[in-house]
Amino acid sequence: MIFPASVQLLHIPDGFLSLPISVVSWAITLVLLYFAVRNAQQVLDERLVPLAGIMAAFIFAGQMLNFPVAGGTSGHFIGATLAAIVLGPWVGLLAMTAVISLQALLFQDGGLVVMGANILIMGIVPTFVGYGLYQLLRNQSRGVMLVGTAVASWVSIEMAALITALLIGFSGTSAFNVAVPAMLGVHALVGIGEALITVAAISFIQRTRPQILAEGSVAGSGRWVVAGLVIALVVTLFAPLASASPDGLEWVAGEHGFLQTAKDAPYQILPDYTIPFLGESGFSTIVAGIVGVLLVMGITYLLGRLLQRHEPVTSNQ
Amino acid sequence: MHVSTFDRYEQRSSAVHQLDPRVKVVLTLLFIVSNVALPDGAWWAFAAGWALLLLVNRAAHFSFGYLFKRSFIALPFALAAVTVLFTLPGTAVASWQIGSHTLTVSDAGLMRFASILIRSWLSVQMAILLTATTQFPDLMHALHHLRVPQVLVSIISFMYRYLFVLADEVIRLLRARDARSARLTTDGKLGGTIWWRAKVTGSMAGQLFVRSFDRSDRVYNAMLSRGYRGHLLTMNPHVMNGRDWLMAGVGTAVLVIIQLLGWLT
Repeated sequence: MIFPASVQLLHIPDGFLSLPISVVSWAITLVLLYFAVRNAQQVLDERLVPLAGIMAAFIFAGQMLNFPVAGGTSGHFIGATLAAIVLGPWVGLLAMTAVISLQALLFQDGGLVVMGANILIMGIVPTFVGYGLYQLLRNQSRGVMLVGTAVASWVSIEMAALITALLIGFSGTSAFNVAVPAMLGVHALVGIGEALITVAAISFIQRTRPQILAEGSVAGSGRWVVAGLVIALVVTLFAPLASASPDGLEWVAGEHGFLQTAKDAPYQILPDYTIPFLGESGFSTIVAGIVGVLLVMGITYLLGRLLQRHEPVTSNQ
Repeated sequence: MHVSTFDRYEQRSSAVHQLDPRVKVVLTLLFIVSNVALPDGAWWAFAAGWALLLLVNRAAHFSFGYLFKRSFIALPFALAAVTVLFTLPGTAVASWQIGSHTLTVSDAGLMRFASILIRSWLSVQMAILLTATTQFPDLMHALHHLRVPQVLVSIISFMYRYLFVLADEVIRLLRARDARSARLTTDGKLGGTIWWRAKVTGSMAGQLFVRSFDRSDRVYNAMLSRGYRGHLLTMNPHVMNGRDWLMAGVGTAVLVIIQLLGWLT
């Protein structure tokens, strides 16, 4: 029996996030869901429910699709970027929200009180970041568009992994120095599988139903990248403030005071995953993670600009 | 594929099953919040929480093994918390020499790690009980009555309804792929390169998307022709009776006692 409720590191169970972090995540998620419902209803009206509902079922069922990689492991996909590209970010976000809610309610795959954080991680961040990056390159040649899709899905998974590591870290459940590189490392591989499947799926849809891709787009391409980044930054900046309860801050302080003994910790394996002038602290690792993601986004953007000169834009859809 | 493949509802006739779904949802959420709010090392409060779980489990006519076996679903995530064992400052409890590195477990780290695991373990069990004693449509009605936006509730209900249909579609796609030898054999020779396999899987995802998209169109048209105007109707009135209010009160009181136990001892 193939079963989609597999263990995914991005589904945080209850108990792993502190209460303040859960509440702040819910607040951010609720604000964006409000806009998602409003915008999607304006466009689709009562058609929204069947479309988003069946698309959510598609993403869930699609997670059963896997391809053998080697030695019993298999790559399978999460689908947020695909959903955002074909449905637009708002409907895509609503579909992902339904998927995450159902997984938590029915399979206990992800917690209930931390569901806000899970929607933020697997819904908001990957749909916005993925959609924004895809928008940067989509009006160009087919090859460039597909490369853009690949980068968009890979980066969106990495961003989701980064935010997961940050939320766990700020809750005092894990050390940043370990969580951030470990999550980014594991999902760098997961992201490749995701990128391959997403590119092949988009390429298939473009060949068979190009009009769906044209319908799915929403105006204002650049704004989506900015939106994704702003969300990531808001989480990074506000999470430590939210954990003003002894939990988070005391823990971060402990982390700094503990630097002497940290020499013995296992994360010495990755001594360079820090920004030198900020010192070897958890904070430095966060900055390193964010800089890394920004760098990838920047390179994608420049690549798109460079290629644009050789491939003139045919039409401004 | 049969509906029961995804359904986690366990049919019994018990007081817990008959309790209004709203009460069950709210008490489950309060229980989880209460667990997360307890301080590290509140062992008596954690024990009281577990006792409460066992009591509800018994009242719902489930065996001890039923809940216990399913309670470890979130355990793999514990891996994410392992680091606190080594990074919290405190008195050393145990240490290992691995190559040139020394791993030291502190008492504070051990306490925090155990507390995180117990919180998660207790919370997931109450969520399991909620799903096992409440039918999914009732759960959705409860969310509606608790002021979750109707659009979201409708989307989730819709997704639940079409999960089985699309899962069948996936199984057909997988069977077709297997029949065409895309499966990897043990010697790794058949089935093309990894790129080719990824491409095949991606095309399947694309195909599944196109079929789902078309289906949503057909479903929408069918709904319109049957008088759909943007919200789903229900014939179940869902009225809270005296017993439901009583249980809501008792449950909240028990959780308050657990909190007091955790913070005062």
